Amino acid sequence: MAVTVTMPQLGESVTEGTITQWLKQPGDPVERYESIAEVTTDKVNAEIPSPVAGVMGEHLAVEGTVVPVGGEICRIEGAAEEPAAAEEARPAEAVGAGTRQEVPAAGGAGATAATPANPAAVASAPAPQGAPAAPGLHLTPAVRMLAREHAVDLTRLSGSGINGRITKKDVLEYVQRRDSGEAAPPPGGVAARRAEATAQAAAPAPPQAPRPVPAAAPQAAGDTLLPLTPMRRAIAEHMSRSVLTSPHAWTMVEVDMTRVARVRARQREDFRRHHGADLTFLPFVAKAVVAALRQNPSLNATWTDEGVVLRNDVNLGLAVALEDGLVVPVIRGADRLSMAGLALAAADLTERARNGRLRIEDVEGGTFTLNNAGALGTVMSQAIINQPQAAILVMDAIVKRPVVVDDDAIAVRSMMNLCISFDHRVNDGLAAARFLRSVKDTLESIDDSAALW
Amino acid sequence: MAVKTYIEAIREGMRDEMRRDERVIVMGEDVGVKGGVFKATEGLHTEFGEMRVIDTPLAESAIVGVAIGAAINGMRPIAEIQFQDFIMPAVDQIISEAAKIRYRSNNDFNVPMVVRAPFGGGVHGALYHSQSIEAIFCGVPGLKVVVPSTPHDAKGLLRAAIRDPDPVLYFEHKRAYRLIKGEVPDGDYVEEIGRARVLREGEDIAIFSYGLMSHFCVDAAERLAADGFSCEVVDLRTLRPLDREQITATARKCGKVLVVQEANLAVSVASEVAAIVAEECFEYLDAPVMRLGGPEIPGVPFSPPLEEFYMLTPAKIETRLRELAAY
Repeated sequence: MAVTVTMPQLGESVTEGTITQWLKQPGDPVERYESIAEVTTDKVNAEIPSPVAGVMGEHLAVEGTVVPVGGEICRIEGAAEEPAAAEEARPAEAVGAGTRQEVPAAGGAGATAATPANPAAVASAPAPQGAPAAPGLHLTPAVRMLAREHAVDLTRLSGSGINGRITKKDVLEYVQRRDSGEAAPPPGGVAARRAEATAQAAAPAPPQAPRPVPAAAPQAAGDTLLPLTPMRRAIAEHMSRSVLTSPHAWTMVEVDMTRVARVRARQREDFRRHHGADLTFLPFVAKAVVAALRQNPSLNATWTDEGVVLRNDVNLGLAVALEDGLVVPVIRGADRLSMAGLALAAADLTERARNGRLRIEDVEGGTFTLNNAGALGTVMSQAIINQPQAAILVMDAIVKRPVVVDDDAIAVRSMMNLCISFDHRVNDGLAAARFLRSVKDTLESIDDSAALW
Repeated sequence: MAVKTYIEAIREGMRDEMRRDERVIVMGEDVGVKGGVFKATEGLHTEFGEMRVIDTPLAESAIVGVAIGAAINGMRPIAEIQFQDFIMPAVDQIISEAAKIRYRSNNDFNVPMVVRAPFGGGVHGALYHSQSIEAIFCGVPGLKVVVPSTPHDAKGLLRAAIRDPDPVLYFEHKRAYRLIKGEVPDGDYVEEIGRARVLREGEDIAIFSYGLMSHFCVDAAERLAADGFSCEVVDLRTLRPLDREQITATARKCGKVLVVQEANLAVSVASEVAAIVAEECFEYLDAPVMRLGGPEIPGVPFSPPLEEFYMLTPAKIETRLRELAAY
């Protein structure tokens, strides 16, 4: 019995995943629950477990293919003790490889050429050309009539419809190209637009979400086109949507971190011995932020048309910079953690973010985001709100500066800028300033009991 | 030309016809002194008096029965049923009498009568003030069924209905009364019964609809236009007889067809349009004919979230259009 494996639902808002690596090749024996492929979504990396024990059959999606949730990715043949099934699986691999070279965008139809390439794969492929029209596909009456009228060999056409179906428009465009002597189809045409509509139909996005218009950027000689990774696309979409959704207001306070620096210096060794992790500035700020959010719940909130939802949980998102993007893992229930707890949770999430080992639940449910841009050396940052949250706070670099202190003397202090971008629909400057003030007061009045927090 | 609401256009249509032809009379519950529960007949009682604008008892069978008798005897009655939901007691008069008299009498008698009734939901009217039951009449030979969607057509088609020598059911979407505004020409113009109107031209998907849903369809079509899909929206305007010529022309041009109505789909106007397309346009179809309508539920619920679930919206239509576009 062959079992077809489909792309699992990797999170509530995830609609597709990219097969980054096959861990099992056709013919390999597979145990039940054994990982068979690595998948990247716009949020996390995950491994797909095998639903059954057996032998890996054909891969229906080649590495790099974007597959919608529920889309077929591979088959697993028979039970492991049936060698015949393994034998059958091998030739399939060879055919699959050949197909792969011919139609990289179509998602490797595998041995059964009639297997429809899925539309979402076309949607996300760099050059959407549609799937190859395979014999045996259903043709609508309109397509048959047009093919007859214009003497079109339908095997020469790419289908842009659902499941690679050849549409009436495909035939008309083909006829127009053929009759005008054009060789290749124009890049992105109707096929691309159709594929886009398909993707939208499959995953109804919030209808109000403005669709950024792709600008046709002319390329000069020597320019390089970087293909978009799922993460890049997700970042682009989230950032554009956020800026268009929330009127961003921005403000900043200076925080004297001298006391924090001293406490940290004194407790660092102890902390490392005790918890096995380095004590950074982040948990001090995180702890102060969480306390300030409790006092100023309108910053831990979400705008809706019905009203402002004040979040009961404080789930603190931490922006983590990656070489090729950005991810915001979430410390859940951050208000219930001690400073050591925050430090360890942050260290764990950051490390797993950099290794691509975050799980879906690690990146969901954030209610406020803290961005430690200071680690990169910046001193003043204007962050974009992580929707649907109400604000994002950036802790910039701690630098020693001469400042005027209380008794009108000039002293060298460790200063840090705290910058907040907030959704002005939810909060006004007063609430944002109060919140910053609270964080600032906590940090500036810290003492050695801090580690016990 | 002036911009008027849908209900103003209806009121003017009656008024102008009453001024033009003294055989035209209006009868119904509260149409006289009160001017109608929706104010459709406001001012008519003052201008034309109680002999031509008649308040009737709460008896729909009598309202239509009297109108039939008056029509046979040379009057041009307009019978108002307060809500389409209340037409049931008059169905026997409409289907068994009005629809059949010309045929039964071998052309000796005819019934030049208009039955006006507001229909449709989305106004928190609940089960007995929200129904869309036009399909009951659309399968009855001898009747004409008209549903205008714009003020222009409301006036033009009402005039045509009043002048028609046979019974015409004229259904008005109650939510459109004050929601829909549009240009209404001055002077005596008539819109032909039995002709659909292309509200929006396009070539990728044909949308057939009527009543308020026609406006929602135009809205949904605009949303798809941004992605390069052009939809042709045809407002059927007359549900019996359907404009087969326009339906087949648009369906053949586009190859993909969506029929949208507020009423539930089983054995409905949408069923008939889909059947015409299937019979006459098969060779031109590039996708299965799709229909979108209300759910198969006994009534439009009162609870706001349930009513919202029941009613179509431009967004729901858009979703269906995108499925069709992707096919």
